[in-house]
Formats: sequence, C-alpha cells, structure tokens
Amino acid sequence: MLNPLFWLQAITLAFSQIWANKSRAFLTALGIIVGVASTTSVIAALTGLKAKVLSEFESVGASKFFVFPDRPDNAPRNMYPWEKILLKTAEAKAIRDECTLVKALTPITEVGLDVESGGKRIEGITVSGIWPDWHLVQNRFVQEGRPFTEIDVDSERQVCLINADAITELDLPANPVGEALLLGGRRFMIVGIVETTQARFFGMNTSSAEIFIPFSVAEKMQERNFFMRIEGMFASPETAQEGEDEVRFVLRRMRGLTPGEPQTFQVAAIDRFIEQFKALAAGITAIAGGIVGISLLVGGIGIMNIMLVSVSERTREIGLRKAVGATPMAILMQFLLEAVTLCLVGGFIGIAFGRLAAFGLTRIPGAQLDQADIPFWAVALSFAFSALTGIVFGMFPAIKASRLDPIEALRHE
Amino acid sequence: MAEQNAGTGDRPLIQVVGLTKVYRVGVETIHALRGLDLTIGRNEMVAIMGSSGSGKSTLMNMLGCLDRPTSGAYMLNGRDVSRMGAKELAQVRNEEIGFVFQSFELLPRQTALENVELPLIYAKGGWRGRRQRALAALDRVGLSKRVDHRPNQLSGGQRQRVAIARAILNTPSILLADEPTGNLDSATTAEILSLFRQIHSEGQTVIIVTHEDEVAAHCQRVVRLRDGRVLSDLPIGQDIAGRHLPSVHSAHAGAERAGA
Ligand SMILES: Nc1ncnc2c1ncn2[C@@H]1O[C@H](COP(=O)(O)OP(=O)(O)OP(=O)(O)O)[C@@H](O)[C@H]1O
Ligand SMILES: [Mg+2]
Repeated sequence: MLNPLFWLQAITLAFSQIWANKSRAFLTALGIIVGVASTTSVIAALTGLKAKVLSEFESVGASKFFVFPDRPDNAPRNMYPWEKILLKTAEAKAIRDECTLVKALTPITEVGLDVESGGKRIEGITVSGIWPDWHLVQNRFVQEGRPFTEIDVDSERQVCLINADAITELDLPANPVGEALLLGGRRFMIVGIVETTQARFFGMNTSSAEIFIPFSVAEKMQERNFFMRIEGMFASPETAQEGEDEVRFVLRRMRGLTPGEPQTFQVAAIDRFIEQFKALAAGITAIAGGIVGISLLVGGIGIMNIMLVSVSERTREIGLRKAVGATPMAILMQFLLEAVTLCLVGGFIGIAFGRLAAFGLTRIPGAQLDQADIPFWAVALSFAFSALTGIVFGMFPAIKASRLDPIEALRHE
Repeated sequence: MAEQNAGTGDRPLIQVVGLTKVYRVGVETIHALRGLDLTIGRNEMVAIMGSSGSGKSTLMNMLGCLDRPTSGAYMLNGRDVSRMGAKELAQVRNEEIGFVFQSFELLPRQTALENVELPLIYAKGGWRGRRQRALAALDRVGLSKRVDHRPNQLSGGQRQRVAIARAILNTPSILLADEPTGNLDSATTAEILSLFRQIHSEGQTVIIVTHEDEVAAHCQRVVRLRDGRVLSDLPIGQDIAGRHLPSVHSAHAGAERAGA
C-alpha cells in the first residue's frame, strides 16, 4: 500500500528529525537510555555471576552431594543432643554399601595437630581423615607417589598425603615421598603428593597447606564425639534426586527415625544448589525486567510529549503532505516511525552504556565478574521493548497528526 | 488513468452543483458558499476573482479535494468527489490535483528536487524513475540548475517555480493556484504567469484565484464570486469590457469594504 519510497523517506526523515533536534532528542530519550543501560548492566553482572558460580559448582562436580548433621528446626536441645546427631562411621559405611546410586563416598573429619618435620615445627595444622574414595569424590589424584588404598584404612597405617603448599611450608625436600612427618607426636610416612586444585568454592581456598591421613587413624586421634561430614558423588547428575532419597532412606533407618519424626541430618546435592541459584538469578532478572518496564513507561511519557510537540510544530508540513496526497495512514506511519526510531536510538545508546558498564564490571578486582556480558537475548529484548515503547507512546500523537484537517493544518501558524 | 479518459469524452472535467459551505465559529454561522454552480472543461484556463471573503479560497479547497462541502455535489472527471472518504480523497489529490499556494509551502530542510518528489512518496508505484520525473518537472519550470538548492537559497519566484514543478509532476487533471503571485513583485509575477500559460498551452487545465486584473488577463475566462455565489462568468474579453461599466463589480466591492 505504502511504496518503498515512502518508507525510505520516512526513515530518513525520522533520523534527520532527531539529528536536527539532537539535544532535545537526547533529553527525551534519556529515560529509555537510563532504563536500558541500568537493566542491561544488571543482567550483565548477573550473567557474569552466574557463569562464575556455575563454573565453580561444575568444578566441584554437579553430581556431588554432602551429608552433615543437623538439629531439626525448633527442636529442644535436650531431645537432640549433639552426640546423638553427629554422623557415625558406621553410617558412612552403610551409605557406601547400601546406596546403589552412590558411586563414591568418603567421610571427612578434621583434626588440628602440631606438625614436625626435621627441625621445623608448626602448631595446629588441620589434618583431614579420609577414605581412598576421596580421590574420586574430589577429583584430586597424586602427582608423586601413590594414592590412599583400602589397606591404608583397614590396617590403620600411619601414612599421609600432602600437597605442594605443605612441602614449601614445612621445608621438605622437593620430592618428599618416603620422608616422615610427626603429626601430633606420631610418625607418619609421606606416601604421595596430591594435586593442588585451583578450585575456589565461594572464596574457600583449598590450595594452602593440606595434610591427609587415613580416616581410621584420624578417628583414633579425635575426641570421643567428633564431627564428621560425608562427601560423595552420584553415578550421574540426573540421578541426583533419586540418590538423595536413597541416602536419606538409609540414614533414617540407621537412626531409627519413624516416618513422622524430623530428620536429624541434611543431604544436599550440588545439583540442588545449582537449581536454587538459577531460580534466584531468574528472580533477579525478572526484577531487572520490571525496572526496565517502569523506566520505559516513564521514558515513554517523555516520548509522547515530544511527539506531540513535533506534531504541533510540523502542522503545516502535515497539511502540505496531505495536500499532495498523503493518506491518514501514511502520516500515522511517519510519526509512529519517528517515535520508534527515537526509542530505538535511545535503546541503542542505552545498550552501549550497558556494555561499557559490563566492561567496567569485568575490571573490578576481586569482584569475580570477569565473565560479565550482556547476552544476546537481553540486547534483542531491549530493542524490542524500546520499539514497543515507541509504538505505544507514539500512537496517540501519530493518530492526532493523521486526523488533522489538511486545510486547517495549512492555515496553522 | 486510461480508463478515466476513455469514458469521459464529452463530460466536463469539473461540475459543481449547488455547493454550500457553512462554518461554525462559536455561536456564529458563516456561509462561505451559498449554492454555487460551476462547470469547467478540459484544458481551460480560468481566473477566479472576487472581493476578500467572497469564498474564492473556500471554493478552491473544495475543487482541490482538500475540504468537503456542507452540501451540493462536485463531480471531478465524472466521479462524485463530495462523497469520498479521507483515504480516497488523498488518492484523488495525489493523482488528479496539483495545488500551488500563495506561500509556496516548501519543506525548508529539503532540496528543490526532494520537494518536487514529494507527491511520488504517496503515489502508487511512485518510486520508479522518480529522479527523472522530478528533474523533468524542474526543467519544465526552468529550474534545472537549482535542483540541490534549499528553499532559503532560492528567490520567491524560484520557490514558486519549485512549487509549480511539484504540482505538475503527476500530470494532474487540474492545476489549482490560490493567489500564486500574491507574495511576488510584478516582474516575477509576469514570469510566473507566463509559466502558467506555457503549462496550459501544453494541455493542462489551470484555475487561478487572483485579485489582480493583470493576472486574470492571462486567462481565457473569468469567474467572479460574490457572497459565495457566482456573480459573473465570462470570457476574458467580455469581462474586461464589462468591468468598465459602473455596474456590479465596483459597487459590490465598495459594499464589501464598508461592511468589513
Ligand atoms: N475555517 C474557517 N472558519 C470560519 N470561517 C471561515 C473559515 N474559512 C473561511 N471562512 C470564512 O468564509 C468566508 C470565505 O472565505 P475565503 O477564504 O474563501 O475568502 P476569499 O475569497 O479567499 O478571501 P481572500 O481574497 O481574502 O483570500 C469568509 O467570510 C471567511 O471568514
Ligand atoms: Mg483566499
């Protein structure tokens, strides 16, 4: 109906109109610019955070789970004393032996011990007691020597694994496999050097000095009621939900909990955390979307105002265009296109600012947002919302222009 | 276009019957046209005269399909224009009408060429060969050397030439001009009028509203209005002869002035 020449000139006109009134157009589009810039930068930050967190979860392993003691909410302390709630080695064994979906599992208990090597003595180093499956669960293997074996645990051997940081901290020779360490006054032989992972889980740094001993040995060096947690991995992330149920079932049975009784422990799969985090991120994104909605509404009112001004300024021009054959629809389209162009230019500038902000975020030291970026869908959505704002708020002025009487318009001063 | 020309051989180009236009301003009603009859044939060159407020502009706006009558019929090329809707009227204005205004009405930020092209934006298939058509129109009005000038870089006479080029671009059925020389000096007026005559001689129907006898002298026929009706409608020779009689015109003009 409207020919290509019309669209060509309407678009040219829209841009030249904006160019001719640069500062006015900028001020008018400010609402949209600010709205789009703030929303896209929030989304960029969120995207960076999400990428970071998910990659950290991933490095820990999506099929990983944890079991730890937990007093039921609002339960009286005397009904659930710690010694009753604490996990037991027997429980760890039961889970390992009975849960078919559990691929590997290790109890972990930490003892603070004084360490001596040669002439050097360090007080209160954390020594962890583990099962051989720890290598699998943590995805950490030995770079020198050998890993732990079942025999180490079963026969309570006085052996230990250390990491590279421990070698430097304890002034040990470069390859200390075969050397001896005094842990809490007992002699342990270093059998292997475990890999130091760079994985930092929410700032928890696992890369400083570490010493591991067989769980059965650590157990003996602990007090009577000691704290332990269980770390394990399911066969696959997909079976995480079922696996959790299985672990829960076995533990409840071990503890003799009747169906109505509250649970005295927690089973948490990483998978669940990921879901929760994703839900949280989606929530924040939705709020950011709400903010853009409100700011576009405010921006839209500015657009409507300036378009009404434009229509009244150009009344004679509208009259002339009608006199040479412009239909009401052509006039409507021209002004609508102008409003949409104004909004899109605003959206474009907003995205540019958002991008700048995203770049700034990646440069904040320690913020861990180096993957902050505006995803394509956010760019597309920003443009779509900007265009929609133009259409919605440009409609009234455009209709007003299209309905002008040609004669009266030409007579306008 | 072809189909229109086929069936309208002996039908007049413009046929206006009992045209009235009533304006309401507050409580007042103004009868700008009070039952006007007028017939204009193809390739005529007509001057419309009359004192201020006699309804000349109102009539021109009706003829140019810019406005709709309160009552009465207007047949243009055999089609009843007074019954058409806004969209159809826009198309008629685009294809059949060329309008020249006293104040030129050029778009200030566009070049002469772009101004001339304007009607093509709203024409069916107007994008094909638009440059050549606009250049040809500018050439016809003698402005082929000023195509890239903006209105403020042109003299009044040149601006009106651009406006005329724009009006004749679509080879309309009628070229309407409401006091086209009202803002021009006498030398430029003469130039513009000879341009109108040239366009007329090329087959164009031309209707000019004017207050000046020198302008009317270029036309073949003079229609004089008074109080929204046709007072006289004579060939130019008889009109000039009649004007020297102390009858209608001067007496009427005096009355109008007294009333104003
Ligand atoms: N939009 C309008 N609203 C109210 N009255 C109007 C309007 N347009 C014209 N009129 C009135 O209609 C009458 C005819 O006006 P018109 O403009 O047709 O006169 P004209 O013959 O062109 O006069 P002039 O020679 O001064 O241009 C005048 O009385 C005028 O006041
Ligand atoms: Mg007039």
